[in-house]
Amino acid sequence: MTRFITRNGWVLGLLALLALLFVFTKAIQPFYGAGDFGSLARAVLPFAFAVAAQTIVVIAGGIDLSIASMMALTSVTAASMMNGASEEFALLVVPFVLVMGLLLGALNGLLIVVTRVPDIVVTLAMLFVFQGAALLVLEAPGGAAADWLKALITGTVQLPGLPEAITAWVPKALVLLVICLALVWIPLRLSGLDLSLYAIGSNPLAAFRSGVPVARTKILSYALGGLFGAMGGLSLTMSTGIGAPIPGPYLLASVAAVVLGGVALGGGRGGIIGPIVAVIILRLVRTDLTLLAVDPNVTAIIEGTIMVIVVMFGAYIALRGRSS
Amino acid sequence: MTEPLLEATGVAKTYGAVAALRNASLSVRPGEVHALMGANGAGKSTLVKILTGAIRPNAGRILIRGKEHRVHSPAEARRAGLVSVYQEPALIPDLDVAANLRLTRTPVEPFRQWVRELGVDDLDLRDMARDVPLAVLRILDLARALAIAPDVLLLDEMTAALPANLAEKVLDVVRRQSRAGRSVIFISHRFIEISSLCDRATVLRDGETVGVVDIAPGIEEKIVELMLGAKIEKARAAARRAGKAAKPADARPRLKVRNLSVGNKLHDVSFDLANGEVAGVVALEGQGQDELFAALSGSTPAAEGSIEVDGMPVKFHRPADAIGAGIAYVPGDRAEALLMQQPVRENIALPFSAHWRNWGPIDRRREGERVTRAIERLQIDTRAQREVQRLSGGNQQKVTIARWIAADVRTILCFDPTRGIDVRTKQEIYRLLRELATQGKSILFYTSELEEIQLACDRAIVIFGGRVVDVLPVEIADEAALTRAAYGLPRNAKEDVGILADLPNPPASSS
Repeated sequence: MTRFITRNGWVLGLLALLALLFVFTKAIQPFYGAGDFGSLARAVLPFAFAVAAQTIVVIAGGIDLSIASMMALTSVTAASMMNGASEEFALLVVPFVLVMGLLLGALNGLLIVVTRVPDIVVTLAMLFVFQGAALLVLEAPGGAAADWLKALITGTVQLPGLPEAITAWVPKALVLLVICLALVWIPLRLSGLDLSLYAIGSNPLAAFRSGVPVARTKILSYALGGLFGAMGGLSLTMSTGIGAPIPGPYLLASVAAVVLGGVALGGGRGGIIGPIVAVIILRLVRTDLTLLAVDPNVTAIIEGTIMVIVVMFGAYIALRGRSS
Repeated sequence: MTEPLLEATGVAKTYGAVAALRNASLSVRPGEVHALMGANGAGKSTLVKILTGAIRPNAGRILIRGKEHRVHSPAEARRAGLVSVYQEPALIPDLDVAANLRLTRTPVEPFRQWVRELGVDDLDLRDMARDVPLAVLRILDLARALAIAPDVLLLDEMTAALPANLAEKVLDVVRRQSRAGRSVIFISHRFIEISSLCDRATVLRDGETVGVVDIAPGIEEKIVELMLGAKIEKARAAARRAGKAAKPADARPRLKVRNLSVGNKLHDVSFDLANGEVAGVVALEGQGQDELFAALSGSTPAAEGSIEVDGMPVKFHRPADAIGAGIAYVPGDRAEALLMQQPVRENIALPFSAHWRNWGPIDRRREGERVTRAIERLQIDTRAQREVQRLSGGNQQKVTIARWIAADVRTILCFDPTRGIDVRTKQEIYRLLRELATQGKSILFYTSELEEIQLACDRAIVIFGGRVVDVLPVEIADEAALTRAAYGLPRNAKEDVGILADLPNPPASSS
């Protein structure tokens, strides 16, 4: 039990922080209710996918600067394909876009492995490539989304046998997020591939000597990052009903949440849950500061301060734990 | 004669124009413990990497059980029954032990059994590899290799980081492997282990296999001879007599090191460094010399022992403390010392301007003069003024030394300063070191090229297994004598005269 707590201390701490934040939110806004929670979940969705993408890449020892552009590109692709098409056609669009994200991510990884140019340079270059491609697909915000797709993230999930008071707190957006993450993460876990990802992030030489195919695993990490990016792009189209070719603020937000979520930027350490909780915290802080009518510029300063303090605190705890 | 289990012939590997291996061969019989030996840079580790698939050879054949094999990765080597335990632990630090086993698909029960047999009783598989002490990590590495019952086990300096009781268990297990008909390739610098454990030895020199010998009493001399080759024949004409640097014993030493211990790599090291002396340090790779220099230059704290500078006891917490006491460190890897994108002058002035007392406009002129003097004195080629990285390696090394001359330190610790430098510049550096010594500066000079001892030093301090095993006056410190001493072999004739007479502890036999 103590081992469980020390192992997952960071995530538990973040969950406690999140709970405190909810209490705080309720205190400053007594009418904060299920509806607000639902809109929080919808707002978090694209951020959460960006964070998932970044997390998997960072754990494997890389970093993906192209994630926001990737989301923009996949989003406009989906929106322009669905423009004027039938509802059924969207059933083909979704897998197409997901495969596209997977391949573009794999391209990132392939370039890094083959050219041996550092991750940060390759993905920075791809940031511009994807950005240009997105503008080629759709010059200005536009396109459309199928109604059933939009419905996937609006409202709540009705569970038989559970009273309305509880189901009202289960927004579809949250359920969709959990399902998507699980669909990628659980097979990874079961196949043991997650160990290879951690291994190449932790110590590539030791991983190579342990028989891990380092290059292939690296490409896999970027491919999965691209897949999550495509999910993020789709979620953007789902929530807005259109596609926007200009990338949103997802890159820096994803790196921030990865750090706050207890993933070592050098790779090898951390999990998927921490960063997801962290991104919810960052969004909720923003909501609270808006509710308190704080200047948006000050909001950014406060967010940065929270990040430094939390990471510093975490490092301090870790140091104390090691020396004792 | 039985068919060899593993046979490598004509293996060659070049990196650009440099040949790491020219014509190496190795033949291992079933049930044999086979030692692989060679001086630093002879190509041992390259051969090991090729055998285990970590790098690909340019030429050569590798037969496993008589069948030609092309191993392209450690994973393939493992499938072919060849498993290696490297010098650095291969466990992933951020995974727990159980996950590390899953990663390599190692069965857990045999692993546990081997760990117990190797003398580690309190292992929790849920411990993070990062939190496991180094010695135990090496045991886990070995147990992980043993657990899949390899036909050929390759141990690279397996016992180096182990305390005696664990090392004993390892040797035991290796013996039992051979009795069970499995082969072990054993790389070690310790003759004692090799003579008690191995059946045969293959000796490499300059990338070539120069001999395969059966291990028998007294074979050490033969092996040393093979490792050195023609060099042993070389006349001792080069021998320099110790200059007037060897001051009378009553002079107060610049640096007095007593019972210095660092981690588990350096034990109980004592020596003096006199004013105006160049003392050579000789050691095989990883015998504790890195730790010794790190402790003296203030980058790692010493666990035990004392350091005195000019009779004053000092404690170094950071390199700035050592510099404050007039001790400068010149690393072999120039990149560790220089700001590569900066010009020569800025690099030389760095320690000068690093001190806040020297900040301000007035000292700019004084600083400039000192730097100019240092550049002239070392004849640094300053045509490529703009960036130090455009200079040749030799000129870069001169810049690092010039910096400390300009800063006027009195003790310089040189760690293999001539690594990768052309012959002419090497000569200049030797001359410079001698010159500095005549001006009363003291220099501690670690070198991996043994011939440098007689070219630049007054005596040689030999470290083996983290202990000072011998101190040779320069007259007898030729390559053969140094090699023997560096492998922990006792000196043939002890001549306890001159500066040897007042040694605190006589040369200890290797343990």
